Amino acid sequence: MCRRAHVLGLDQVVKLSSTMHAMKVVVCVKQIPDPADPGALDPETRTLKRDVKLILDESDSYGVEMALQLVEAAGEGEVTLVSMAPNNERSGLATALAMGAASATLVSDPALVGTDALTTAKILAATIKDQGADLVIAGSESSDGYTGTVPEQIAAVLDLPSVTAAKSVEVDGSNILVKRQTDAGYDSIICPMPAVISVTAGVVEPRYPSFKGIMAAKSKPVEEKLAADLGFEEDQVGWSGSGQEIVEVAEAPTREAGDIIEDDGEAHVKIVEFLESLKVI
Amino acid sequence: MSLDTIWVYAEAAEGEVSSTTLELLTKARELADTVACVYAGDADDIAETVGAYGAETVYGVDIDDALAGVPVAAAIAEAVEAGDGPDAVLLGTTYDGRDVASRLSVKLDKTVISNCVDLEVADDALVCTAAIFGGATDIKTKFASEGPYIAIVRPKSFAAEAADGDEADTEDLDIPDLGAAAGAKVTDRFVEESDGPKLDEAAVVVAGGRGLGESEKFTMVVDLAKALGGAAGASRAIVDAGWVPYSQQVGQTGKVVKPDVYIACGISGATQHLVGMKGSKNIIAINKDPEAPIFGIADLGVIGDVHKVMPLLLEALANR
Repeated sequence: MCRRAHVLGLDQVVKLSSTMHAMKVVVCVKQIPDPADPGALDPETRTLKRDVKLILDESDSYGVEMALQLVEAAGEGEVTLVSMAPNNERSGLATALAMGAASATLVSDPALVGTDALTTAKILAATIKDQGADLVIAGSESSDGYTGTVPEQIAAVLDLPSVTAAKSVEVDGSNILVKRQTDAGYDSIICPMPAVISVTAGVVEPRYPSFKGIMAAKSKPVEEKLAADLGFEEDQVGWSGSGQEIVEVAEAPTREAGDIIEDDGEAHVKIVEFLESLKVI
Repeated sequence: MSLDTIWVYAEAAEGEVSSTTLELLTKARELADTVACVYAGDADDIAETVGAYGAETVYGVDIDDALAGVPVAAAIAEAVEAGDGPDAVLLGTTYDGRDVASRLSVKLDKTVISNCVDLEVADDALVCTAAIFGGATDIKTKFASEGPYIAIVRPKSFAAEAADGDEADTEDLDIPDLGAAAGAKVTDRFVEESDGPKLDEAAVVVAGGRGLGESEKFTMVVDLAKALGGAAGASRAIVDAGWVPYSQQVGQTGKVVKPDVYIACGISGATQHLVGMKGSKNIIAINKDPEAPIFGIADLGVIGDVHKVMPLLLEALANR
């Protein structure tokens, strides 16, 4: 068998011409407050205030890009999105649709306020399970909550194999070959599809939506669902379905700022003196 | 008030038990009467070390070439269902720690509390403190349903202290049939070589950010780290930009460091970064922007251009 590998983009996605088949990829995306303006906790609901404009989590833009590249490499297939929000916010989804995803499912329900990571995973898994995905892709952790458990919990709910912290993904027949980030370097992993992967930031270069893409996104279908449509009772979601309860929110002890000096060409001397006073040098 | 039993998910690299594992054991001793470890490997390999930190038993799980998440979670869940499980499982915020916690939470249908920086027991329940908004706000969350509680704890949340314990007993946990979920296999492992001290253990950390302007300038950071016998780190911005490997990233995503001296060069101090380094004993910051948040926590802040200050600093150190 001749394995002609052909490298796209940043060496991340390799097409093996002998093993081409249509790829169906579902990407989990989260819409978050702009991290440049992270907002605050609502003192009553003790959840993130979301009255600010939400954007596509940058961590997820890598997953969307990865999915698009895999489908492009396969030659045919499609990328669909799943997302969950306590309101019917769509601006982040619009970004991902403009990048090239075909459609989205948004589980939008006020009852979802306070939903924990496990229930989030159950809800997303319920929207994914009948889509016939070869791959489910998510970011390794969101840029607002940083919980970092949802992708692997989705895999567990769907009883699928998974590889977290993927820094590159190739499709090889019915398997994926993944480089998985480790503390010391990376592990090479082989995993059969269907599977769930979470990708690290920086894994691919997310494309900017083109004007054409932005216009096309306006007519792409976004299906809204309530938790009840997926078979969840009200007491299974939100705070009541959460196995945790916030008991206290407090300002963390702050660190006092020290001396601030303006460099007049001699600031390096001050740094040397400071290092000397600490006996580092 | 304490729990009966805590299991700590133990990790080791090249035969050495991770510092996070020892930190968790130290805290677990304070919270529970009995402490044990679960280890994805040969329990005998770590029994002496974790025993010294208070683990009475090491439960080994033979995962062969699988990733740890599926088999370790299944083995723990089996023990819980047999009535032999713990009241709480503590795991580090590591790749495998998160995988095991996530799989276990679904197996047991129990919530996971992530990003813990402190733990306490109140009214027989575990209460976890997590830092949000870059460490500006502490949020305490209690497990509201029955255990086992599953908590993922950030590295360096506790100081590791040995307890002069004897070598731990060892026992193997059975792994039930795993089915399709265990399909991922490790075929090879690659270690990125780096010289000098490890980033999360170095007494001095010099870190660079976007203010360096271009990837070539990161050599100034490396040179300064070398001159001070320290390790070089980076902000997420320049890791994402591909200038520096991920293993050098300091922050929420990346390593938590608590060196004696942290020198931030051209780093503005996004909340994402501050979480990973605000525990440093002394912080020096060099940045052009006087409004940069990093100056809010710096002991010595230099408002200036890294391209001017760093070469002069390197020269001054070389001439000593």
